[in-house]
Amino acid sequence: MNAGDALFLFFSLALVLSALMVVLSPNAVVSALYLVLVFLFTAGLYILLQAFFLALLQVLVYAGAIMVLFLFVMMVLDLRKPCRWWDGNLPALMGGPLVGLAFGAAVWATLRRTVWPEATSETLFRGDLAAVVTPLFSRFLLPVEIIALLLLVATIGVVVLTRREDHP
Amino acid sequence: MWTDPAILEWIFILVKIIVIFGLVLSIVPYTVLAERRICAWIQDRVGPNRVGFQGLLQPIADALKLMLKEDMLSNHVHKVVFTLAPALVFMPSLMVLAVIPWGSAIGPMTCVLSDMNAGMLFALAVASFSVYGIALAGWASNSKYPFLGGMRSAAQMISYEVCLGLSLVPLFMQTGSLNLSAIVEYQTQHGWLMLYHPVACFIFITSLFAECNRTPFDLPEAEQELVSGYNIEYSSLKFGLFFLGEYANMLVASALVTTLFLGGWSLPFAPFNAPATVIWVGLAHVGIFVAKVCAMLFLFIWVRWTVPRFRYDQLMALGWKVFFPLALVNIVVVAVIMACRANL
Amino acid sequence: MIVERPKLTIWDRLYMPQILKGMWITLKHIPMKRFTRQYPEETPPLPKRYRGVPTLVRDPEQRVKCVACQLCEFVCPPRAITVIPGFRAETGPDAKVEKEPSDFIIDMARCIYCGLCEEACPEEAIFLKKDYAMASYTREQMKLHKEKLLELGGIHEDRICKWKKK
Repeated sequence: MNAGDALFLFFSLALVLSALMVVLSPNAVVSALYLVLVFLFTAGLYILLQAFFLALLQVLVYAGAIMVLFLFVMMVLDLRKPCRWWDGNLPALMGGPLVGLAFGAAVWATLRRTVWPEATSETLFRGDLAAVVTPLFSRFLLPVEIIALLLLVATIGVVVLTRREDHP
Repeated sequence: MWTDPAILEWIFILVKIIVIFGLVLSIVPYTVLAERRICAWIQDRVGPNRVGFQGLLQPIADALKLMLKEDMLSNHVHKVVFTLAPALVFMPSLMVLAVIPWGSAIGPMTCVLSDMNAGMLFALAVASFSVYGIALAGWASNSKYPFLGGMRSAAQMISYEVCLGLSLVPLFMQTGSLNLSAIVEYQTQHGWLMLYHPVACFIFITSLFAECNRTPFDLPEAEQELVSGYNIEYSSLKFGLFFLGEYANMLVASALVTTLFLGGWSLPFAPFNAPATVIWVGLAHVGIFVAKVCAMLFLFIWVRWTVPRFRYDQLMALGWKVFFPLALVNIVVVAVIMACRANL
Repeated sequence: MIVERPKLTIWDRLYMPQILKGMWITLKHIPMKRFTRQYPEETPPLPKRYRGVPTLVRDPEQRVKCVACQLCEFVCPPRAITVIPGFRAETGPDAKVEKEPSDFIIDMARCIYCGLCEEACPEEAIFLKKDYAMASYTREQMKLHKEKLLELGGIHEDRICKWKKK
């Protein structure tokens, strides 16, 4: 086992463990912190795949910005009562594993059917800036623009919904 | 055996780590002293001048005092997060230092710990983590003032991070690189980027003031309203780590401004405007870099003791209604100018 | 009173010029004269009627002027003074003329430096001197006894010399 394999094992084990803790932790804020760890370990896996840019974006966008907002909201909500996973109602307790199993089966089926191309120096993903950005501005320009528009609509929608008439 | 390149590489990395840590951990306490002395001078006072010659041993005395204080851990805090938070404030700033070129080359050794391609992105990604420390400290303390301080800091830092990132886009458009070493080398040939992008420089430095929680944007610790905000419940070394972290953040911010806008280790005349080939020029480059960082630190301190604190709504209005559009317009203007110059 | 908000010009609303102006002012202050007094080396000039530590004085002929009347003890607002009356020596020129305190204690931890003892003293035996740094490490040390008070007070050059006219 070389260093790369050892790191892969470490990152993936840590990832699965922190992902479990996200669900099992009784405290919502602690759950969010474990989710940050999940993002960090995912970034570690990206780095093992030589995708530095993707890893940095993962950290910058998800761990650095989105999770801070999550935490912000959770702290404001003041969730004092710890909420353990066995406190839920029966349908939720039964449904969760069922959905999880179904999803796992779907992933397993897809993985088995996919024919994986052999990694060569041409197919190896070089994770530098140009390699990531150029397709965004050429091949995937339309989807990117559509997503941007969607996000804009969502933002405006939130502003409209939260606006109060008595405070113009 | 010593000349084996692989081993030499490891030795260089070790030396660089030791130098960076040594420099930072020795400069940071003296930044605190500098802050106190300069603040005193601005207010026509003397400042701490008793411990050692001109107060030079004051940081050591302060550190000893902090270490000997009782480490309080209240019953109502979330213990793990409470203990983790100070480290989370201090650690990101040290990590950013890994990608900052603090010189060109000393002999065969390049003066940057990790010459990463997306170095600036790494710096931004890691720096965005320092908000966790403060927000979590506020939450884990489980009391009112720290909580308000943590909330304010989270909102403030997210808002200004946007301006911080956007203000840098024109730089990357001009230099065509996210690598900090490449950006510095670009500046050695074409002049300092501050002269090309004064607006970006202004937005960047001001946003850094907000990111470092320095006056005029020190709302998270606003003494008068929050009795020092997120770190009220902390004592002893945990408080010391917050304190150090704040100044380490300031140091890193100064290093970033130096690298991005002030030409890094270079001066605009020979032999300081090209990567060093002899050892003494290499050492002089390090000296130039440190001098520029110190000048930036002075600016930080100078502004702190001049400008009063903003109100919270003013802070948010400034970030979202002034700097955000300004940075966007700046990007468009630079893009138009670049397109014109390329096509005409 | 309603104060009209001043109309701000564009120059004012830019805010930066004012900040730069302020920074120039603070920069000018850096090389200016310092107003700090380096305390233990430089002591502050005290006003003429400064009230410092209360002391007992002797007259020009080395006699203790206090006659242990305890008026100061009575008048002292924080009850810092304790006088233990005694007698002068059985022999000698001043024998059996007046009383004398066998001990005179002023608790400097309680003294408020009001100067009422000085005002009340009919013998002009107690004076407030200008020493003010009377700190000690224990409460016991804060209690000044007769010898210490006389040492602090020294000789008071007065013109009355009641003892000569007896």
